[in-house]
Order: sequence, then C-alpha cells, then structure tokens
Amino acid sequence: MGKEKNENVIESSLKRKYKLQAKDVNVFYGDFQAIKEISMDIKANSVTAFIGPSGCGKSTFLRLFNRMNDYVDDFRMEGKIFIDNQNINKKKVNVELLRKQVGMVFQKPNPFPKSIFENVAYGLKIQGLKDKTFLQERVESSLKQVALWDEVKDNLNKSALALSGGQQQRLCIARTLAVEPSIILMDEPTSALDPLSTAKIEELIHELKYKYTIVIVTHNMQQAGRISDYTAFFYLGEIIEFDKTNKIFTNPEKKQTENYITGRFG
Amino acid sequence: MNNIRKNKIKDQAFKALGMLFTLFGVSILVVLIYNILHIGFTRISWDFITSLPSRKPEEAGIYTAIIGTLDLMLLTVIFAIPIGVGAGIYLEEYSKKSKLSSLLEINISNLAGVPSIIYGLLGLGIFVRYFNFGGSILAGSLTLSLLILPIIIVATREAIKAVPPSLKEASFALGASKWQTISNVVLPSSFGGIITGIILSLSRAIGETAPLIVVGAMAYVPFVPHSLFDAFSVLPMQIFNWTTRPQQGFAVAASAAILILLLITFIMNGIAVYFRNRWQKKLK
Amino acid sequence: MKIKEKLIELILKLCAFITILTTIGIITVLLFESISFFRSVSIFEFLTDTEWTPLFSEKHFGILALVSGTFLTAAIAIAVALPLGLTIAIYLNMYAPKNFRKTLKPILEILAAIPTVVYGFFALSIVTPFLQNIYPDLETFNSLSAGIVMGIMIIPFISSLSEDALFAVPKSLKLAAFGMGSTRFQTAFKVMVPAASSGIIVSVILAISRAIGETMIVAIAAGQQAQFTLDPTIPVQTITSYIVQVSSGDAPQGSLEYKTIFAAGLTLFLFTFSLNTISFWIKKKYQEKYE
Repeated sequence: MGKEKNENVIESSLKRKYKLQAKDVNVFYGDFQAIKEISMDIKANSVTAFIGPSGCGKSTFLRLFNRMNDYVDDFRMEGKIFIDNQNINKKKVNVELLRKQVGMVFQKPNPFPKSIFENVAYGLKIQGLKDKTFLQERVESSLKQVALWDEVKDNLNKSALALSGGQQQRLCIARTLAVEPSIILMDEPTSALDPLSTAKIEELIHELKYKYTIVIVTHNMQQAGRISDYTAFFYLGEIIEFDKTNKIFTNPEKKQTENYITGRFG
Repeated sequence: MNNIRKNKIKDQAFKALGMLFTLFGVSILVVLIYNILHIGFTRISWDFITSLPSRKPEEAGIYTAIIGTLDLMLLTVIFAIPIGVGAGIYLEEYSKKSKLSSLLEINISNLAGVPSIIYGLLGLGIFVRYFNFGGSILAGSLTLSLLILPIIIVATREAIKAVPPSLKEASFALGASKWQTISNVVLPSSFGGIITGIILSLSRAIGETAPLIVVGAMAYVPFVPHSLFDAFSVLPMQIFNWTTRPQQGFAVAASAAILILLLITFIMNGIAVYFRNRWQKKLK
Repeated sequence: MKIKEKLIELILKLCAFITILTTIGIITVLLFESISFFRSVSIFEFLTDTEWTPLFSEKHFGILALVSGTFLTAAIAIAVALPLGLTIAIYLNMYAPKNFRKTLKPILEILAAIPTVVYGFFALSIVTPFLQNIYPDLETFNSLSAGIVMGIMIIPFISSLSEDALFAVPKSLKLAAFGMGSTRFQTAFKVMVPAASSGIIVSVILAISRAIGETMIVAIAAGQQAQFTLDPTIPVQTITSYIVQVSSGDAPQGSLEYKTIFAAGLTLFLFTFSLNTISFWIKKKYQEKYE
C-alpha cells in the first residue's frame, strides 16, 4: 500500500514536467483505425515536430489536443489526453475554454472576411471582452509578436483578405495569440506559402517557443530539422520513433526512421 | 458519301429548329408584353392607382388591391423569414444524418411540389375555419408564408453550404460556441444568398392568386382594409376579377393592372439577381 | 452558457418542424373533410361517374369529369412544352455559342417567373381570338388555348432541368462520340439524351405535376363546365378551377358543396404526391450512375 502510494507520488511529479500527454491512445473513424496505441509526453516551452508520410495520422493526433476531431462524424477515441495534468475528455471539461488555452493554426490561411482588427479581436470578443482600449492593446501586441504590426498598423480596418498569403497566415497566428493560449498547434502552417513567407514564420516559431509550447505537423523534413527540439516520426497510425530532433536526424534508432529521413520512401 | 451528307443535313436542320424554338420562347414573351402594353398602357394613371374598385370599368382602380398586396407581403415577411431561415440553419448546421433529418428533407422537397391551391385548402381548413381568423389578411399571410417556406429554407441551406468550412474551423479553434460561429461567421457570409432567396420567394408570393381565392380574399372589396381581420384583396385577384368580366373596359383595366404587377415582379427579380451576383463575387 | 446554446438549438429545431406540421395539416384537412364527404357520396360513384354537377339541382359526383379536364389541359401543355423544352435544352447545351446561352437562359427563366394570372389573361384575351381566326369553331373557353399557354409557361421547367441533366453527362462520352465522327445531332440523340435520360424524365414528371396543379390559367381560359371529353375546342373544368369556382361563391361551411372541394383537392394531392415521389425515387436510383 505504502509502496504504491510512493510510486504514485513520483509518477505525478514526473507528470508535472509535461505540458501535453497522451496515454495509450487509439482513434477510430468508423471501422478504420487511424491511431494505434500511441503514448507521448511533450515538455513545456518546446517545439515538437510530427513528421511522416501523408495519411499516417499526424493531423488526427494533433487535433486530439484541442478536440477538433469532435466534429467528425464517426470519430471515436480510446485512451487519455492530458493537458497540465487534466484529462481533457472528461465530461465536465468546457471545450470552448480548452480551445482558448490550446490554439491552432491551419494549413491554408483562413482569415475571416472581416477587417484585420476584427480578425485578431475575434477570439476576445466572443469571450465577451468589449473594452475598446483593452482590445486595441491586445491586437497591437499580437500583431507585433508576429512582426505584422508595422505593415498593417495604418490599415487595421482594411479587409484581411487583401493581405498576401504569408501575411494572412501571420495574421491567423496573431489571431490565435490574442487569446493568450499556452499551447499552439500548427498543422502544416507553411505548406501553402512561398519560401520567403515560410522563412518568416519559421523565425516566428523560434521566438514564440519561449512563451508557448508548440506542436507542428510538417511534411518538410528540413523544416522539422530547423525549428524543432523534438521530433516524432509517424507511420500508419503509429509512432515509430520519438526523440530529440538532433538524434532523429543524425542517428535514428529505427531503420524505418532512417529510411524516411534519407528519402528512401514516403 | 450519301450517309454523311444526310447526317450533316439532319444536324443543320436540328440546329435551325433549336434556334427557332429558343427564339420562339423569347418572342412569346415579347408578344405577351407588347399586347398587354398595347391594351392597357394608356389606362395607367395616378387615378388608376388611387381609386377603389368599382362596378363601372372607367372608374375602377387598384388602390385596395395595392394596399392589400403591401399589407399581405409585410405580414408574410414577418412570419416566413424567421421560420424559414431558422429551419434552414437548423437543417444545415445542427441536424445530423439520421432518419429524422432525412424525413425532414424529403418532406420539404415534397412541400415544394404541392400545388399552391392545396395550400389554399390548408389555409381554409386551419386558419380560416379552425382558428376562426376568417377570410382575413392574417389567414392569407399565414397561408402564403407556409407556401413560400420551402423556397426560403432551400435558399438558406444553399447559402450556408457555400461558406467555406475552413472559416468555421477557425472560429471553433478560437473557442467560439456553435451559435457564436453561426452568428459571427456563417450568417454574415451567407447573407447575400439568403436575401436573394427571400426576395425571390416574395416575388413568387406577390403573384399568387389561387390560394388566396380559396382562403376567401374577396374579389370585390370597395374599401381599404384597416385591421388584420378585415377582408382584403390583392393585385392578382383584382386582375382575375376584372378578367372574368365581359366588358371591354375591364379588360383594359386588367391589362393596366397586369403591367403594374409585372413591373413589381421584374423589379424584385432584378434586385434578387443583383444581390446574388454581388454575393457570388464576394465568395470568390 | 450551455443553456443558451441548447435553447437556440431548440428554437431552430421547432422552426424546422413547422414543415412537418404543414404536411400533417394538409393531410388532416383534406382527409377530415373528405371522410365526411364520403359518408354522403359513395367512393364508387365518385370514381366512376362521368358527370360532376354538385352545384346543380341534379347532383352528380363523378371526379372523372374534372380529372379529364385536368389531364386534357396538362396533356396539351406537355405536348407543347416537351418538344420545345427538350429541343431548346439540347440546342443550348450542344449547339449554341456560350454567349448566346448565357443571355438566353435567364430570359427563358423569366417565362417561369410571370404570375399565372397574367398567363390566364393572355390565353383568354389574346391566344383564343388568335386561334379562332384559324379555327372559327373554337369556343371562347376551351382547353386548347389554356393548354398551349400552360405549355409555354412550363418550357423553362423542362429546358432548364434537362439542360442540367445534359450538363452532368461526363465530357468523355461526348468527346468519344465526336471522336468517332458523329455529328452533334447524332451525339445528342444517340449518346447524350440516353445518358441524361433519368434527369430528363424527372424534369418531365415534375412538369406534368406542375401542369396538373396549375389553377389560374385554366380558371380564366378553360371554362367552368365539367365535361368528360377529349375535345380541346370546348369548355372543360379542371380540379383546380372547380375549387376556385366554389371558393368564389358562397357555399356554407359543412355543406356538401363545401366538402366537394376537399375531396377534389385530395384527389389532386394524391396525383401530384405520387408524381413527385416517383421523380424523387428515379433521381435517387439513377443519380448514382455518374458518381
């Protein structure tokens, strides 16, 4: 009895190190199993990259952390997902509150057909925050964090759709930052952008990690190598290897990982 | 050689036939409008619009009918729009694939094909008799609202379908609730399409006669209705009434009234098309 | 506020359910009065008598008289609308230059937007006198004028829906036919129309349903004499114009005359419902072909 209690105490203090955790997760879409027995611990203030061929479950797994899969019809999950030690799938969890702590940036920039200001302020307004000064300050600081402020500060009322693709994506990131999440999930955020914009956003991710925990799905291995601290290699719904990025790219444990990294498949 | 030639002739002949038929369709429209203009144009005057109906063709006017049409349209709008748009939102955003939702959809599709006079019988049985509203504007507008409901629902659904799902995703990812997403993102984006559907449905309602005859719109109402429960007349009914009279003077009056009805109909359709084009451009 | 969200969903759900209430209302009203009607008049008489004279002193209640009027006018309408509508659809889809099609399609749609009372006036005051020049024995009220004008009104139904059906045929079929040296005419009738046949048939069924349910054109131009006939030059009465006739008069509620409009209405409803259901079923069954 006493021994078990000790183990539990040790286990939970270990848990506290981890911002995000997955335990024995299986995901099914109807009969199809998209995720097979995945467990993972992600540290706070790190950048973790998910790599692997298309359709291997990276996006699905990413979306478990902000429960965006809830909208898919046949979705079914087994296992547990923890954020700050809390099981996010418990009935009492307020999903909307969860999503304010866990932000998401999508593959194709999706600004609302509203003004730049309204886009960034959206997340705050739906929380009922109306104070004009507060909103203006928050919008400004968010746009500054994504290095967009100088470019748009005189045009905050212009439509967000008038911005270039790269600017729109940075706007979407600013929109996410405005609600002050602690975790940012990014689902191939630069795959629809030109190299220059991609570089700007990678630079941004570098800076953001000091304040946020970032998980990024990417098809671009070089990108994973450049910006991430940890990398997980997904294949057919399983994690083949999850380790420090350095190790994965220079001295992977598994042959499959090595084959993928060196381009022998996928 | 002969066969190829025969086929070529058939091809050209059909092409000519097609062009002929298509132009026939267009020219019938022209013939119709021209003839009615010819008969009735000179009858249109300010007097005509502001006079009450009369047993004498020269004195007859469409005032009651115009007021009735306006009142009826106003009430129909109040009933049909919230219910129609609400139903459209529910079907497109809330209801999940199930036997119930299939039933709802099939039912709406069926209602769209029910002849308008049947709606009149419905209105007669339920609003006029059972609820005792009598042959009144209230009964008439409730009946018309039910008639145009499927049109508004379908238009709302189509408009909502056209909103890119990525926008809804972005809203949810920021922590918005379902209704917040609908009211802040989906509805503003689908607004143009919904308005188009509403205007088109109203344009249809303005021209409806049969259900209103059954509900008891009086053909001869020589006074201006004042309350919801008064008897009333509408423009197409006035036209119908005059058309059935033998005197040539009434045929002239009918033509004049038709011109005004057509004008209203065309303007409304034109506005709807304008809105649709603007909205479709916005989507791109 | 989860309560607010649930409440909104409930309100919206109720809006959607009004449509179900509408259908229930229609069926209830029609059945209620019809059942009462059939207590006084036998169904056998209703279905087999060929005279319909509920408003006369010697009363007959044979729906066939009205049904014949309905079908006669509808048949004439389809005889006009089908060849014209289908030809126009094929022409616009396969022959006409793009700009021509772009301008003409909306103009044809206007034909469908004109209030039917206007068409009724047109039939009585312009078409009938015109036809009487050609055939002087044509009576003032007849099913020919009404049928022709109804047909014109229905052309856009057939032409638009058929054109959509033709448009949905995979281009590869069209190109294959052309590649073998077929003319547009041959391609149209040997490949395109058969391939789009389910859509075209649906458009025709819907057009028939529309014609059967049409009221004002026949009420104005076809007459008020219920006759069991196929003669297009004499007055007839359709189910719909009969209902209008009684509604314009003063049949007291609860009287037999009053109930006849519901029995007639029920008949009409059953016809159009069957047609709409058949077309829905055809669409469902055959639309999978190209998906």
